[in-house]
Amino acid sequence: MGTLSKVTRRTFLVGSVAVAGGVAFGFYAYKTPGDNPLLADLGEGEAALTPYVLISPDAITLITPRADKGQGAYSVQALLIAEELDVELDQIRVDPGPPSPVYYNTALATEAVPFRSTDTSNAANAMRGVADAAMKFIGMQITGGSTTVPDSYEKLRIAGAIARETLKKAASKETGTPIADLRTERGHVILPDGTERSYQSLAEAASGLTVVSDVELRDPAQWRLIGKPVQRVDIIAKSTGTQDYGIDLKFDDMLYAAVRRNPRNGGGMAGYDASTAETMRGVHSVIDLGDGIGVIADNTWRAFQAADAVECEWEAAPFPANMDEHWQVLSDSFTEENLNSRNLDAGDVVTALSEGDVLEAEYRAPYLAHSPLEPVNAVVKVTDARVDIWTGTQVPRFVQTNVAAITGHAPEDIHVHVLMMGGSFGHRLEDNYIHHAVRLAMTVKGRPVKLTYKREEDFSHDYLRQISMGRMRGNVSNGQVESYDLSVTMPSVTDSQMGRQGLSLGSTDPIIATGAWDQPYAIPNYRVSAYKAPPLAPLSSWRSVGASTNAFLHEGFLDELIHAAGADPLEERLRLMNDETSRRVLEAVGDMSDWGSDLGPGRGRGVAFALSFGTPVAEVVEVTDTPAGIQIDRVFVAADVGKVVDPVNFDNLVKGGVVFGLGHAMNCEITFTDGMVDQPNFYAFEGMKFYQCPEILVRGLENGSRIRGIGEPPVPPAGPALGNAIFAATGQRLCEMPFSKFVRFA
Amino acid sequence: MRLQVNGIVYDVDVEPDMPLLWVLRDELGITGPKYGCGVAYCGACSVWVDGMLVRSCSYAVSAAEGTSVTTIEGLGTPDALHAVQEAWIEEQVAQCGYCQSGQIMTAAAFLQENSSPSDDEIDEAMSANLCRCGTYPRIRAAIKSAAAKLGGA
Ligand code: FES
Ligand code: FES
Repeated sequence: MGTLSKVTRRTFLVGSVAVAGGVAFGFYAYKTPGDNPLLADLGEGEAALTPYVLISPDAITLITPRADKGQGAYSVQALLIAEELDVELDQIRVDPGPPSPVYYNTALATEAVPFRSTDTSNAANAMRGVADAAMKFIGMQITGGSTTVPDSYEKLRIAGAIARETLKKAASKETGTPIADLRTERGHVILPDGTERSYQSLAEAASGLTVVSDVELRDPAQWRLIGKPVQRVDIIAKSTGTQDYGIDLKFDDMLYAAVRRNPRNGGGMAGYDASTAETMRGVHSVIDLGDGIGVIADNTWRAFQAADAVECEWEAAPFPANMDEHWQVLSDSFTEENLNSRNLDAGDVVTALSEGDVLEAEYRAPYLAHSPLEPVNAVVKVTDARVDIWTGTQVPRFVQTNVAAITGHAPEDIHVHVLMMGGSFGHRLEDNYIHHAVRLAMTVKGRPVKLTYKREEDFSHDYLRQISMGRMRGNVSNGQVESYDLSVTMPSVTDSQMGRQGLSLGSTDPIIATGAWDQPYAIPNYRVSAYKAPPLAPLSSWRSVGASTNAFLHEGFLDELIHAAGADPLEERLRLMNDETSRRVLEAVGDMSDWGSDLGPGRGRGVAFALSFGTPVAEVVEVTDTPAGIQIDRVFVAADVGKVVDPVNFDNLVKGGVVFGLGHAMNCEITFTDGMVDQPNFYAFEGMKFYQCPEILVRGLENGSRIRGIGEPPVPPAGPALGNAIFAATGQRLCEMPFSKFVRFA
Repeated sequence: MRLQVNGIVYDVDVEPDMPLLWVLRDELGITGPKYGCGVAYCGACSVWVDGMLVRSCSYAVSAAEGTSVTTIEGLGTPDALHAVQEAWIEEQVAQCGYCQSGQIMTAAAFLQENSSPSDDEIDEAMSANLCRCGTYPRIRAAIKSAAAKLGGA
């Protein structure tokens, strides 16, 4: 049966119903079909030609390997396949498929190279090719970096076309009609006389054929689905309480678990006393996890209560106990030996800033938690033969390897079933909670155990968004920005995150400078120096990663320079811009917001731009300084992703990204006292409230030459655009997030 | 203890202080109401008890004894949608969707009391519900179109 057991196959094919007769298609050009994970486990009469389309008697299943954290990834992947396959979205099921190197992420590698995303030179493209090959080699099935659409755009359409043409070939064989006379529509092959053969009825015949691999993609002018408003595949389930998330899974015989770990994340446990907890109703056992305890019980609430009743003796945190020390470490990190990259050094900032009026500033951005609304959880069942894990994760392949190391099973006996996630924002790039669930399940072999993190536990053990500090200097002349020298420091997110996976990606961490050095401005003297601070609290990728802090530094101080020059914030940015696609995005928000028109007293408008993950986004924020505080009235956003594949989802993701970016800039920070997170729950980590949500107007442009993602890029410009607007309305320059430390919001 | 949920009567054997949420989810397998914060802050666990909106994570099950509990599953189903759910689907509100059971139960309760709300009234009714994905603009639009469906202005 190969690497997938029958149980797994049933799970991702058709629930618990047995399959007989089916066929799987996909795009798989670079290796033999033996690498197709669907092929390894098909029953009699089924065939798996390629890994993305699976047709069985009762269903057409599209395999969508990029995880869905709420960003609509399943839907957009399905849409790309369906466009060429000629099925409608209400005819298909989607399934994330098993962990497999086949589903490696090409686009992630494409941006992991030290070239500007706007750089299409031969050298840059060659380097991207090398990185892509490496990614293929490692087989990183990762969802992240806003790569889902870029990675899938061609691959999945080709998969759909291959499946369609092979089904036509089968129909031609069965009916004797030449292929050229056949057409396809709504999941059927249609003969010249109007007779219809459903794809399902052709599955078995198709399974015996060599796939038609020589396909041509349709002319975009013929597209039925791409670029049109479609209904998301999960929208009904998500509006009726019937969408199952990881936390909702239930098996007969299942036990429920909670953990309580050292609130000083990463610190050890000197001892514990579980005598009270062990006698509490429903408690099965209390397990020593080394850095804390786990409770297995017959109900989640009982497990929570018992975990709280255990008396634990905690050790110190493996990082400085208080915030002052964290900031001091950053402040001390701007040294020659910490210099990590200086990819941008145009003109001569040193000479230019050695005399005359020099503007200086220091900017700060805090730690942040990911805190998706669904706390982390996993259901795990361990037997001698295999381990089954049901969870929402962005890194199923890492999970497989790591769990194998914990349990001693072979990696192919670790079965990861990826479930829908109630948000992530990067949270589910970590798999630590799964390790805990596995270790608990190992003590009750044969029984599924569902571990749910209490919200407080999730907050205190998040791997945070980086803390960051910037020091900037610059000058202006003749009403123009002349020199900009930006130094930034943060601990390395990559070292922290990949370190937990036992990987090292080299000492240069591009994240420290990303969103700062790679912006498309032509400033005569222009330098960005990135300093790697020593490790502090553990970090992980947070929606838009390095750009989430660097855009605030870069665009905040650029705004200061423009004001010092007496120039217009939008006009001067446009004058400096040296990338056409980016320029048009800025022009678009200028147009949308009627930039330059009079807003009246007490009101102000700020603009910010950021190019991240290859997607240029410009935002204009309008605020009013009211007696009750700063009120955000309207936000205008223009973004260029090359092609808007799914316009409704695009609009929703952009608006959500703006709310996310503004909300955290306004109100959110994670701080430490005595090594412990000060914010136990959402009431101490309030983003934007419903009543504070402004009207948000969105325009998607399609001038870019490559397909780009939109999950993260709207986040970076939001904070600086708000800060710049507050300056315009009040004259107060905010150099530190969250802004609520300095101003009140209405 | 006897509990009526979505018209079905259940016998449950639990501590009186167990929050209604965990009885629904872990004992009865009714998972529409979600666990988000556990402290009555986010609204993800919102259900109705005798038609009144409550946060089930912070509502002792004993207080629900002898009442009629309605969860999102009892509001409407994929085949028989409530008007608020219809509006939520038409506006394609959900991103991750995790908060939406609570948002919909809150909106439906609110619209029952006020079928033609003003923008300020909508803001006030919905501001105690958290959406980490930031779907607020679409929730606003969906409430307005639901109000129209329900016969308000
Ligand atoms: S889970 Fe009940 S209000 Fe958040
Ligand atoms: S849709 Fe994700 S929390 Fe609201």
